[in-house]
Amino acid sequence: MRVVELASGGFSWNPVSDVTQMWAYPFMVNAFRAGAIVAVLAGCVGWFLVLRRQTFAGHSLAMVGFPGAAGATLIGVSASAGYFGFCVAAALVLAALPRAGRHSGGAEAALTGTVQAFLLACGYLFVALYKGFLNGVNALLFGSFLGITTDQVLVLFVVAAAALAGLAAVGRPLLFASADPDVAAARGVPVRALGTVFLVLVGATAAEVGQITGSLLVFALLVMPAATAQALTARPALGLALSVLLALAATWLGLVAAYYSPYPIGFYVSTFAFGGYVLARAGSGTLRTVRRLS
Amino acid sequence: MTAPVRAAALARAHSPGAALDQLAAGPLSHPYFQHALLAGTAIAAACGLVGYFLVLRAQVFTGDALSHTAFTGALGALALGYDLRLGLYATCVVVALLLGTLGSGAKADDVAIGSLFSWTLGMGVFFLTVYTTTRSTANGGAGTSVLFGSIFGLSSGQAWLAAAVGAAVCAALLALARPLLFASIDPDVAAARGLPVRALGYGFLVLVGVCAAEATQAIGSLLLLGLLAAPAGAAHRLTDRPYRALALAPILAVAEVVAGLGLGYAVPDLPPSFAVVATATAVYAAAYTVRPVAAAHARRTGRRRPADLPVFPLTDTGNPDRTTPSIRR
Repeated sequence: MRVVELASGGFSWNPVSDVTQMWAYPFMVNAFRAGAIVAVLAGCVGWFLVLRRQTFAGHSLAMVGFPGAAGATLIGVSASAGYFGFCVAAALVLAALPRAGRHSGGAEAALTGTVQAFLLACGYLFVALYKGFLNGVNALLFGSFLGITTDQVLVLFVVAAAALAGLAAVGRPLLFASADPDVAAARGVPVRALGTVFLVLVGATAAEVGQITGSLLVFALLVMPAATAQALTARPALGLALSVLLALAATWLGLVAAYYSPYPIGFYVSTFAFGGYVLARAGSGTLRTVRRLS
Repeated sequence: MTAPVRAAALARAHSPGAALDQLAAGPLSHPYFQHALLAGTAIAAACGLVGYFLVLRAQVFTGDALSHTAFTGALGALALGYDLRLGLYATCVVVALLLGTLGSGAKADDVAIGSLFSWTLGMGVFFLTVYTTTRSTANGGAGTSVLFGSIFGLSSGQAWLAAAVGAAVCAALLALARPLLFASIDPDVAAARGLPVRALGYGFLVLVGVCAAEATQAIGSLLLLGLLAAPAGAAHRLTDRPYRALALAPILAVAEVVAGLGLGYAVPDLPPSFAVVATATAVYAAAYTVRPVAAAHARRTGRRRPADLPVFPLTDTGNPDRTTPSIRR
């Protein structure tokens, strides 16, 4: 990253020249494309995820991407295949479990936590077995935007398009089932099947996001923009649009900042997204207080 | 093991002390293994006890959040030129208290916790970059060793400190065990009877913070969750009686750590932290298969719990003979 900066001059506060300069590098163009694809998908899926209070399922699914990618590298398959394979498989397992997650009591949380730690340990084992790959750990866990190929962007695009199509297909009943599962079930909505389909979509999304922000920082794109949007508005259409917009802003700003500084992209994306979340929470809290007082 | 030692060990293979001798000549003859065993035992006992209450209070993921902040604390201290442990303990305890204030009643809400610790991790990567790019003496593997531990790399001083902290956490938790149990199971009744439920919650979170900071040095911040959740989860699964589970969790944890260290020693390709977590996961999985068998057996023989023993609604396993929660006072 430093090398690029030295070769092409620093940040100039002139957006046009900065962008043309960044986009002179094919890998940066690919990074912006990949970031946009991932942000749109994460914004949409994340909005439902926050609505359904399943954010920790998203977090756990994302962690699975680490052993997936490390294992794929160890046996010589592409890391993307490892991400998607492991995350979607983990989503199916999670859906088959009775009720996993934070709200289902300590015992299920202990199970989720154990599985999560075991999978991370497996990832570490794969990395240790694949000697000389220790620097790759940081890229896998905390993200990297260097070296995204056009093929990878294509894969990300196809998967994201499929996932968004799936989400659009189940969107309305899913909204109903998320808002009021009991009434939805009484009206004949297949609540359980919808939950499974949604978790698979979350798995695919977590795999995509993990390739940009790293497995550990998926929360930053998957949950934070959506939570910010829901803190600002309760209306579904507006909230979805806002969530996508915020995710896109965090990703692109993160890319620009990471390009012009030596720090990793995961740090920037999580900081921008978290800053937005804190501002939104503080802002809506103040607004409520003002309304109550007046 | 050198050749004469092995020969001697073989010669006495049939004497009762043979296994012990072999052990003394093998892993136990290495100082690094002794340190790992000392620190690992204390850390495991503390994690087992803390984990028991985390599972009971449905706060497992608070432990997860803390374990992530440990990474940032350690690297932040390194980046600023301080001792790694200073950052570890300070951040973990501060964040533990912060988590308590975020949610009501010292239980925080999902999205706020998740966002906070995700951002904290992001800060950790920032500090990692600062540390590796600005300090000339930087250890390039610092990030990995904080994330995944380096229990075989502990010095004697570090091991004794870990042992002392582990013992202190255990002692504090045992002293708090009775009121904390009460406050965890029925906070309203406990508050009505004059127990400082909130203060207990915060006190417990501080202990979780100290335990997380200490365990990070051994098995790493990412894998710490396994040591917190797996033995405690298994203990909850194996028995409904709180004091029995409270004893079982640290015993399981210590056994798992010792077995994991042995495995890590015997198979050099296996990182010891992986071996520990894998052992813990295997024991937890075994507890899952044992429980239905025991329940079926109890149903067949028609054995019931004596009425005067405390029955706590710890896990919802669909046990049909569970009565309403009652606490013997």
